[in-house]
Amino acid sequence: MTDAAIVSPRLEPGPRGQKPRRKLSRRNIFLYGTLIVVAVYYLLPLYVMVVTSLKGMPEIRLGNIFAPPVEITFEPWVKAWATACTGLNCDGLSRGFWNSVQITVPSVMVSIAIASINGYALANWRFKGADVFFTILIFGAFIPYQVMLYPIVILLREMGLYGSLWGLVVVHTIFGMPILTLLFRNYFTSLPEELFKAARVDGAGFWGIFFKIMLPMSLPIFVVAIILQVTGIWNDFLFGVVYTKPDIYPMTVQLNNIVNSVQGVKEYNVNMAATILTGLVPLIVYFISGKLFVRGIAAGAVKG
Amino acid sequence: MTTRGRPNRLFYNLSAKIAALPMMFTALVVFLGGTVWTVVYSFTNSKLLPRENFVGLDQYERLWSTSRWIISIENLMIYGVFSLIFSLVIGFSLAALLDQKIRYEDTFRTILLYPFALSFIVTGLVWQWILNPQFGIQGIVRGWGWESFTFDPLYNPDIVMFGLLIAGLWQGTGFIMCLMLAGLRGIDEDIWKAARVDGIPMWKTYLLIIIPMMRPVFITTLVIIAAGIVKLYDLVVAQTSGGPGNASEVPAKYVYDYMFQAQNLGQGFAASTMMLLTVLIVLIPWAYLEFGGKKHD
Amino acid sequence: MKACKTILAGASVLALSVSVNAAELEVTHWWTSGGEAAAVAEFAKAFDATGNKWIDGAIAGGGGTARPIMISRITGGDPMAATQFNHGQQARELVEAGLMQDLTEVAERDGWKDFIYPSNLLDSCILDGRIYCVPVNIHSPEWLWLSNAAYEKAGVPVPTNWDEFVASAPKLEAAGIIPLALGNQPWQSNLAFGALQTAIGGLDLWKKVNVEKDMEAAAGPEFAKVFEAAANARKLAEKSTVQDWNQATNLVITGQAGGQIMGDWAQGEFAVAGKVAGEDYTCLPGMGVNEYISTGGDAFYFPKLDDPEKTAAQLELASLMVSKQVQVAFNLKKGSLPIRGDIDLAAANDCMKKGLEILAGGNIIPAGDQVWSPDVVKQTEDLMVEFWKTDMSAEDAQKRWVEIHENDG
Repeated sequence: MTDAAIVSPRLEPGPRGQKPRRKLSRRNIFLYGTLIVVAVYYLLPLYVMVVTSLKGMPEIRLGNIFAPPVEITFEPWVKAWATACTGLNCDGLSRGFWNSVQITVPSVMVSIAIASINGYALANWRFKGADVFFTILIFGAFIPYQVMLYPIVILLREMGLYGSLWGLVVVHTIFGMPILTLLFRNYFTSLPEELFKAARVDGAGFWGIFFKIMLPMSLPIFVVAIILQVTGIWNDFLFGVVYTKPDIYPMTVQLNNIVNSVQGVKEYNVNMAATILTGLVPLIVYFISGKLFVRGIAAGAVKG
Repeated sequence: MTTRGRPNRLFYNLSAKIAALPMMFTALVVFLGGTVWTVVYSFTNSKLLPRENFVGLDQYERLWSTSRWIISIENLMIYGVFSLIFSLVIGFSLAALLDQKIRYEDTFRTILLYPFALSFIVTGLVWQWILNPQFGIQGIVRGWGWESFTFDPLYNPDIVMFGLLIAGLWQGTGFIMCLMLAGLRGIDEDIWKAARVDGIPMWKTYLLIIIPMMRPVFITTLVIIAAGIVKLYDLVVAQTSGGPGNASEVPAKYVYDYMFQAQNLGQGFAASTMMLLTVLIVLIPWAYLEFGGKKHD
Repeated sequence: MKACKTILAGASVLALSVSVNAAELEVTHWWTSGGEAAAVAEFAKAFDATGNKWIDGAIAGGGGTARPIMISRITGGDPMAATQFNHGQQARELVEAGLMQDLTEVAERDGWKDFIYPSNLLDSCILDGRIYCVPVNIHSPEWLWLSNAAYEKAGVPVPTNWDEFVASAPKLEAAGIIPLALGNQPWQSNLAFGALQTAIGGLDLWKKVNVEKDMEAAAGPEFAKVFEAAANARKLAEKSTVQDWNQATNLVITGQAGGQIMGDWAQGEFAVAGKVAGEDYTCLPGMGVNEYISTGGDAFYFPKLDDPEKTAAQLELASLMVSKQVQVAFNLKKGSLPIRGDIDLAAANDCMKKGLEILAGGNIIPAGDQVWSPDVVKQTEDLMVEFWKTDMSAEDAQKRWVEIHENDG
């Protein structure tokens, strides 16, 4: 950490220079005015979700989605978490929560481990043909998932992993690889070459340099990778539903089931509560790691 | 990028190659193999299961005579162009605003970035609701007494793609802003000082000096935005299901619907091949800039 | 195929249940609404009573979402024990590829051919003389549902057929009511057009075009009238902007719309809302023009599994699904018609009884899923949603309809 900071101090986020003077200048009014308007636009949907999830259905039918709840009820939350039905299973999102954790943790770990090694190999050990593989990989980032659905079915079948948790881990690793490899490659490229050369002179090998020199310096980019992967894998619906069985369906499948169940009246409040509950994990990850995220992005995306 | 010292000894290369095996596997077997497989079967009349019953270009002829496919392509182009422009302009403008040494930068940044943590399914649902003419913005403005106010992008075939765009930008611009902000933070303070000394106005400094210097950021950003545009699917399904009529259909949805609902794999593969071809047309110049061009630096 | 089998064997070893004479069967379906789930519960209850265990694999979002998942799993070598499909051609290739369990022996033992009525239901399950699926219910799509309250408000009597419905539309509009509710999804536009085909063109023309596949008739002036009627009807549905079919039904329930063309499953929505047939709403099978119903519906398929105990349990489940008791319990909850002619549904409501009468009278035609391939059905849906939601001319629509159907292999 400190090393990286010393080497490239400008990657540190946050305002530079002295603290701004408190002044109600025309410039500041314009600046903060714009930012506040923009912030309201970004917060509006979250506000609507929260407010709606706390209303009863009769109140929702009255019409104004922006009005705060007259009578606050937590029933939609309870229902979304514990009693909403899909077919015969009436245990809401709770069942999917642990499945999602079970899927997300190994998928995030495996995909990041492999992508970081890829990035390291591409940045520091540029073997012949590396660029070709990398170009194909980036090409892969553009392939719509729906197109790959069928080839992946065949692939998993041949590997004997179809329907298992590890099959899903493989799929997430494959589809997370392009962007993650790009980020890691850019990050490792931005690290000072002298460190790498010095280690080589000392006789350190591929893995030695990776674990002793590179990893300790890579916290920011790992934070970015973790955030991107937790978000992506947690929010995934298509792979979770196609490549697993009902007993390990992730939370998003239950969310889809609750939201899409064709019932008499759409229970908007339960839908919104379920939506917030499902989005909670990635949201918390974001709020906790906000500052590190920008720092990591700065390191991973800027250099190229 | 700098030129690396290339280790010539086989031993080092071998380790790196072994370590990169998963990447090679993914690149060659999954992405390249899967693509070739898809292209080959796009020349067959496979229905529910893939079969080697070749029919030449039939699937492509049918594809390009299908009005839904043409509409999908047009829609993607509209969405793509506007999404690219707005993402970059809004993302850069917000980043520039946040870079003015403001107070509460962390708070603003978190607010702008949080939608990125939500899936497109969630995004689509929320905006579907806010744009609902009865309950949403239109209903409320009318409730204030402006009876003729009309704002129903999801129900108007002419502007439905912009209804999707509003939601898509809400979800994605925060991330673009972060990339841009990171890029701005990478610019040397001395450049600003020099520009100030020369009396160059701020907007001109951004336009003529800063942006050209941020080329690598813009390239990474372009790749990320473009990859998102081509894959546009979840948002459409959640927000409009392709409607009204088929006014907001997109290519990825055509592929999925024909592969699985219509049980016509051949047609779906032909459509995906066309999509991949488009991607190649975009990517080849990029690959040239990234790898080919560098050697002349 | 060989690798596939090895994996199949491996998978079933892993999944081998501990218990000796009872098996756990995973059953996938897309029935997730209140009434549908209650109906599935009847299957599960009956099956659990045999000592086996029903593992429910419901996938919400309708057949369009669920079928790709089911097909992927079957072709991926990790099949469920039983799965829902619609009657017709949806699973034909899976059967041809030898992935489905042959049910002929059970069918012969139980004498399915003797009691399944109408008999063409079973035809869709047969390939080369062997039976591969179990039809469980009949759903007919050609019903017109009318809101009595809306007509009272407009001051016109409730129509008794499609022509009267069209004639009464201006009065409804004058009263601020949407004459025709129509959801945005493609299949709904196609369903409405299918209903108009029989109401306007008549049964003979329908059979000529759809069963004999006479494309000259489809391009002819009689069939053109159907397209003109549909072009007319889409004006009545202009103000209807809802997405799901049940949201459209809700417009009728609340009197915001005069009527909706929808399948008999709509009555479940009226029932949930506490509405009474004849008092609050009116149902017209065959749009009130031709009293007939088409025999679409749902069927269950049983993918081949290597575990003999599971196979035995699959056959047990197949036999159970068509048994008298289960058929009565299931269909009353589902609001669909039973597939047996020899049971008495005394508890059925008025609309369901109308359906039963027509069924008993033999006024039946096959459903679109049975006569056309999924590919043609999907293309027709795409055409229809464009036709209903834009101002495409009737002539153009007819021309394209013929083009699509000519090419059905």
